[in-house]
Amino acid sequence: MLKDWRTKLTLIFFSGLIILFIVAPLLGLLLRTSPSEYIQTLQDSEVSQSIRLTLFSSMGATLIFGILAIPLAWLLARKHFPMKGLVNGLIDLPVVIPHSAAGIALLGVISRGTWIGQAGEQVGISFVGGTAGIVVAMAFVSLPFAINAARDGFAAVPEKLEKAALNLGASPVRVFFTISLPLAKRSVLSGLVMMWARGLSEFGAVIIIAYHPMVTPILIWERFASFGLSYARPVAAVFILVCLAVFVLMRVLSQKNYHVRN
Amino acid sequence: MLEIKNISTRLGDFHLKNISLKVEKGDYLTLLGLSGAGKTVLLEILAGLITPDEGTIFLDGENISGMSIQKRPLGLVYQDMALFPHMKVHKNIAFGLHGKGLSGSQIRNRVTQLAEQARVTHLLDRHPGTLSGGEAQRVALARTLASEPSVLLLDEPLASLDVTLRHELRDLLKEINQSGKTIIHVTHDYMEAATLSKTIAVIENGTLLQWGKPEEVFRNPVSEFVARFSGIKNIFQCRFNPDEQQNGLFRGKTPHGLLMKVIEPPAQNITHLMIPGEDIIVSEQKLETSATNQYQGFIKEIITLNHGVELIISTGENFSVIVSKKSVHSLDLSRGKKVWISFKASAVRQM
Repeated sequence: MLKDWRTKLTLIFFSGLIILFIVAPLLGLLLRTSPSEYIQTLQDSEVSQSIRLTLFSSMGATLIFGILAIPLAWLLARKHFPMKGLVNGLIDLPVVIPHSAAGIALLGVISRGTWIGQAGEQVGISFVGGTAGIVVAMAFVSLPFAINAARDGFAAVPEKLEKAALNLGASPVRVFFTISLPLAKRSVLSGLVMMWARGLSEFGAVIIIAYHPMVTPILIWERFASFGLSYARPVAAVFILVCLAVFVLMRVLSQKNYHVRN
Repeated sequence: MLEIKNISTRLGDFHLKNISLKVEKGDYLTLLGLSGAGKTVLLEILAGLITPDEGTIFLDGENISGMSIQKRPLGLVYQDMALFPHMKVHKNIAFGLHGKGLSGSQIRNRVTQLAEQARVTHLLDRHPGTLSGGEAQRVALARTLASEPSVLLLDEPLASLDVTLRHELRDLLKEINQSGKTIIHVTHDYMEAATLSKTIAVIENGTLLQWGKPEEVFRNPVSEFVARFSGIKNIFQCRFNPDEQQNGLFRGKTPHGLLMKVIEPPAQNITHLMIPGEDIIVSEQKLETSATNQYQGFIKEIITLNHGVELIISTGENFSVIVSKKSVHSLDLSRGKKVWISFKASAVRQM
């Protein structure tokens, strides 16, 4: 009994320590910012524009690239093909490489000298130093979250249900939209939310491609480098609160949309 | 008519070997075999879910072997029903009706009609997760019938149901078959096969052992496996000397040296003999009867059945004998008691 208590206490102690490690710096940052600083920061048009840009760029990256990646996730969950392991590994690559390196690599593909860059310029899209570039950089580093979650979601749908639907005369496309996707919806949505959240916080890849317009992580860094901690902290605090609010809202919405899995 | 010709396929260690079958329109065929025999694999091959290595499938003369799953007019009901969990029962049933050029009201009418036939009208607004096994099975049937398949393929449809529900569903399946629908029903249950089928096909280890009308299959089983499946327990391998014949009877010996007399000439020197448990008489004394096979033994086991009692009597070989409860009482039969068993040479069947 005593031993049991000791084990429990040790577990609680170490778990608490880890949670504290995550929460304490954030809480410290939020609490050290005074109400007047919050108000001032919210009234700062540079900050609010930057937050809007960050939120919508990441949203754009998620909607365009995340949704385009869903068929690939299904393919990885359902089909066997040569070098599938390699493809799975490639998908995780953006997570493991330094993001500034990812930015440099991306620049080689979308800068004005490349055909993609030139094609973009012709239709009025400028990647380098433009919102389109921010979207591409955010998508590059955050796509693995959407693909991996959706792949696991599709893999968890019993294949038998898809086969039963085919047997009832449905086309493979109809089976995907009426059976596979609705049943994997929870994982797909949570992957998209994670992708969006990861996109918001991207700094390394974005700064290489577009210093301006300034996304909030770059704005925080710029204020820190130019004016010091006291100027960067309120921006960081506001950005954390906005991200948390939107993140919680998205989570709640994606859970609510779902019923009876069984 | 559905005709299966020389279907073979290899799935890992399992091998389905050269299956050929003909299923007439309106037939009720049960594929009978133990689990792992290859029944479900054959069903999935018919539905197009598995592509066989060899063989062809014809439906009404048309080769459907290469036809895609969604175009094959063979409706499969999975053993675990595979109802779509995110759709209510009415949407499940209507699933196969979409994309057929039917209007919304036509689909609703058809769903109502199918729900009535499967007696699930009261469940239409429920989610599959809230249904009992029997209810889910009926919904799965209605859903498959909605796509109007030429042949209904059922994978162990009664396996997960209790006795009462099993009776109800059995009646429903009979009803569907009587309305003209061809049914292929996979089961490991001999009683299920015996009560439902017009034709039985017995599969063991990926091989089709025998197929025909149930009474033919069970009366003349071609192998020990089929015989045991049909409930016959007294099967003995006997060695005969074809020249040895006495008073018109052929005499063979079991591996344990029991002498058995049969009327029909043995087909081979080593032949399997079967004696239905109902044809064996138990007595306390040796009887002066026309039964030429008489042995003394002792009661090894007494098993109470639904109708009657099964005695396992050891005479060197173990015999399963079915007697009435009244006989157990009147003969005071108990474990270890010495008794005589007798049966006529004409009751012995050969495989």
